[in-house]
Formats: sequence, C-alpha cells, structure tokens
Amino acid sequence: MRISTIVYELKQGFKNIARNWMFSLASIVTMAACIFIFGIFYSIVTNVNHIVKSVEEDVPITVLFEENVGKEVIEDVGRRIKARPEVLDVKFVSADEAWETFRDQYFGESKDAAEGFQDDNPLANSANYEVYVKEIERQGSLVEYVEGLEGVREVRQSEGAAKTLGSFNRLVALISIAIIAILLIVAIFLISNTISTGITIRREEIGIMKLIGATDLFVRTPFLLEGIILGLIGAGIPLAALFVMYNQVISRILEKFQVLDGILQFVPASQVFRVLLPVSLALGMGIGFFGSLFTTRKHLKV
Amino acid sequence: MIDLVDVSKTYSKGQPAVKNANLHIEKGEFVFIVGNSGSGKSTLIKLLMKELDASSGTVMVDGINLRNMKRRQVAKYRRKLGVVFQDFRLLKDRNVYENVAFAQRVIGRPTRVIRKRVPEMLTLVGLAEKYKARPRELSGGEQQRVALARALVNRPDILLADEPTGNLDPQNATEIMRLLEEINDRGTTVVVVTHNKEIVNAMKKRVVAMRKGVIISDEQEGEYHYED
Repeated sequence: MRISTIVYELKQGFKNIARNWMFSLASIVTMAACIFIFGIFYSIVTNVNHIVKSVEEDVPITVLFEENVGKEVIEDVGRRIKARPEVLDVKFVSADEAWETFRDQYFGESKDAAEGFQDDNPLANSANYEVYVKEIERQGSLVEYVEGLEGVREVRQSEGAAKTLGSFNRLVALISIAIIAILLIVAIFLISNTISTGITIRREEIGIMKLIGATDLFVRTPFLLEGIILGLIGAGIPLAALFVMYNQVISRILEKFQVLDGILQFVPASQVFRVLLPVSLALGMGIGFFGSLFTTRKHLKV
Repeated sequence: MIDLVDVSKTYSKGQPAVKNANLHIEKGEFVFIVGNSGSGKSTLIKLLMKELDASSGTVMVDGINLRNMKRRQVAKYRRKLGVVFQDFRLLKDRNVYENVAFAQRVIGRPTRVIRKRVPEMLTLVGLAEKYKARPRELSGGEQQRVALARALVNRPDILLADEPTGNLDPQNATEIMRLLEEINDRGTTVVVVTHNKEIVNAMKKRVVAMRKGVIISDEQEGEYHYED
C-alpha cells in the first residue's frame, strides 16, 4: 500500500470517529475504564508481589542444632544447605550473636535488666543458620531436607506472613481478571457497535468504492484504523492518569500509615510502567483491531 | 469483449429476470440495451459488473469467465469497468474534484497521478471550473457529468451506464449522450441501458431490446420501437 493511500486511509479513520463521535466517545470511555482498572490492579499485584518477594528474602528459615554438637557437624550442615538449589544465602549466627540480637530487641533501652545474665548466655544452645530461600513456595521441601540432617534439632519457618500476602495477591489477581474480562467484553461490544454504525453511515460510499474496484482491504482499513485509534486513545488517557496518580497514592499511604515506612518497599512508577505501558497499549490496540475486524468481516460483504 | 451465452438469472422467488440471453459485443462498440421496467436490462448490467452471479450460462468479459472469478479478483476486474448510474451516486460530503479523485484513490493511484488525471477528466466533461462545488450545488446534468468523469478517470475498457439520462431534462440528456459518444470514439466500449426512445432513435447505434427478461431483437443502427 502506498504512503499516500495509508495517509488517506488514516484520515478516513479519523473522519469516521468524528462523524460518529457519540459512539466513539462511549467506546473510548469504556476502554479507558477497562485499562484504568487493569492498571490499578496491575499496580496492586506488582506491589504485593514485590512485598512478598522482599519478605521471602528478608525472613529466613532458622536451623537450630542439638546440644553439644561439634563444629564439624555444624559446618557440614552449612555446606549441605548451601549446595541446595533453592537456597539464596546462608548465614551462620553464633550463640553470642543470637544473644546480642535478642538483648538489643527485647531489652532495648533498659539494658541494665540484661546485665543480670552477665556472661551466662541464656541462648547458649542457639547457634543457628539463617537460610534465605529464593522462592517461598520451595521453602517446604528445603525444611523437610534440613530436618533430616544429622545434628539438626529444629527448623523454624517464617512463611506465615509471606503465605498470607501470596494468598492476598492471588485473590487480587483473580478479582482483577474477572472485572477486566467483563470490561473487555463490554469494550469489544461497544467498539464493534461504533464500527457497525460507521459502516451504516458510509454504506453508500462503501457500495460505490466496491463498484469502482476497491479491494476489501482498502474498504476495511479505515475501520480497522478507527478501532485501533479508539483503543489507543482509550488506553492512553487512563495510563496518563495512573502515572500521575501512582506516586501521589504511594506517598499518601506512607504519610497516613507512617508505621509502614521502611517496612513496605513500593515499586517505583517507572518500573511499573515499563510493563504496564506497552501491555495496556497493546491491549487497547488489540481490542480495537479485533473488535473492528469481526464487525467489518460481518458487514462489508458488498 | 463481452459474451453472454445462454445466461439466465432468477432471483430467490419469482420469474427469471433474464432468460437464456445470448449477446456478443465487440471491443469499441456502442450498444443500447432498451426495454421497459422489469425487462431485465438492469439485471444484465449487474451481471456484467459481477454484482450478481448468473443462475446459469456463461458471462465472459475480456476473456474472463465471471463465474470462475474468485472474490479477491473482483476488485481488479471492476477496474476494467466504468459505471454510471441514474441517481449519480456521488459522495455528498465531497466536492467535484474529490468525487473524481476518489475513484483513483480507491485503486491506490499516487497523488501526483491523481492531480494530473482529475483535471483532465473534469475538462473533458466541461466541469473544470466547478471543481470545488459540492454535488448539491450542481444541476442534474452537471452531477451526471461528474459521475461520468469519475467513471472514466481510471481509463476503463468498458463503460456501463444504467439509465444515465433518467433524471435529466432533454437538453442535459443530449449533452450526456454526446459525451458518451465522444468517449466511445476514443476507443472505450460503451453499453447504455435506457428506455429513452428519443435518445436511442437519434443516435443510430446498435440497439438490443429486452422484454420480460428475453432479448427480443438486436439491430445495428436500430431504433426503439418496441412496446409491452
């Protein structure tokens, strides 16, 4: 197709939108609502995933040893754990370090209260390995393995919070898929209706086109472009709104719930939009394109 | 150029619109197809345009059997034809120039060709001065001349005109026929469907007469003297 023809077809696509502006507007608004909700849910899911990930990385499994176990056995357990593919990092915490950490956490400002223990470490048998896993789902198999190792007394898991967040994330994802699916159907229906009305308005012109030798592609192209343009506008508006809103919402959350500051690490907008932008635009274009393709196939048999 | 062999066309219900039609038209001929309403002459034109398919028989145009033609080949075939209708079928939201250019645009001609060819055609039909006018600002005769320019701008081998003077006064009708004759003199095969006796009798061209779907006569330099 020549460039001049493409330009002509593009102009016709825009003209169709202008001629049929009420339906076009309805299509854009529905598409915008669809992409907006998609963007919100995507942002939530991405952030929850991020938090789950950081929980997975930050909250280790603690491996405790039986009393009076020798240094060789402890080192052997450490080597075996490190060799496991699901392990991200292993850190040895001696009984003294464990006591120091405990003392700092629980006695805090009233260190005098801890002075009573003097050199008698109450956590003398608390030397342990802190094991960080790559993915929370693989924690179970690792724990099972470590529990079977010689010299291991107990393995403490900290998967509760991560699992809860993971479940929440799945729930959010399911709800968002359901809502988006409904909105997608509505958007496709509205775009199809818009194109169908455009075809009706231009029926005479299309008839003339066909009789003087226009190919099916030439007749269809303005309608396909119209669908794509509607889809892109419908996706572009909510993306711009979401981009502006994203940082504001996060700073509001941190402002309102200051206790979360430092605990929750939100994903930066640039990182969210690296995926959200192309996916949403492709989604808008795809819905517009296929919505109009089905309609033109149905109505343009002249 | 055009060959119809035992062609019949029957719509879903009722009598055949065209019955066992046999017709041969040479390249460069000027042929009138005459007959009253319901005689089947417009159906014949639609068969030639591949707007309809024959129920039986063979329609051959320029060596192409229209029955065997695939859907995607129809557009290319129609570029061999120029078509003029009684109701002009101009695009009301575009001016004279754009209406004629539209035919070129549709077949993907580059803009520089369109800019050269459209004024030539408008000069041929005597509307070069009115290139900016919208169809509603033109008389019936002028609108038909625009339609004629649009039909000719792609330099078709065959011009099919379905009642081209049906909505025109005698003076404009004569003017349109003069133009069709001029186009024919340049080598284009012209097939005109009409029931305008005065025009047919004045032109002394080949006349094919139809009645109730049947070709009842075919005369060189014929006259329209058939009644139902």
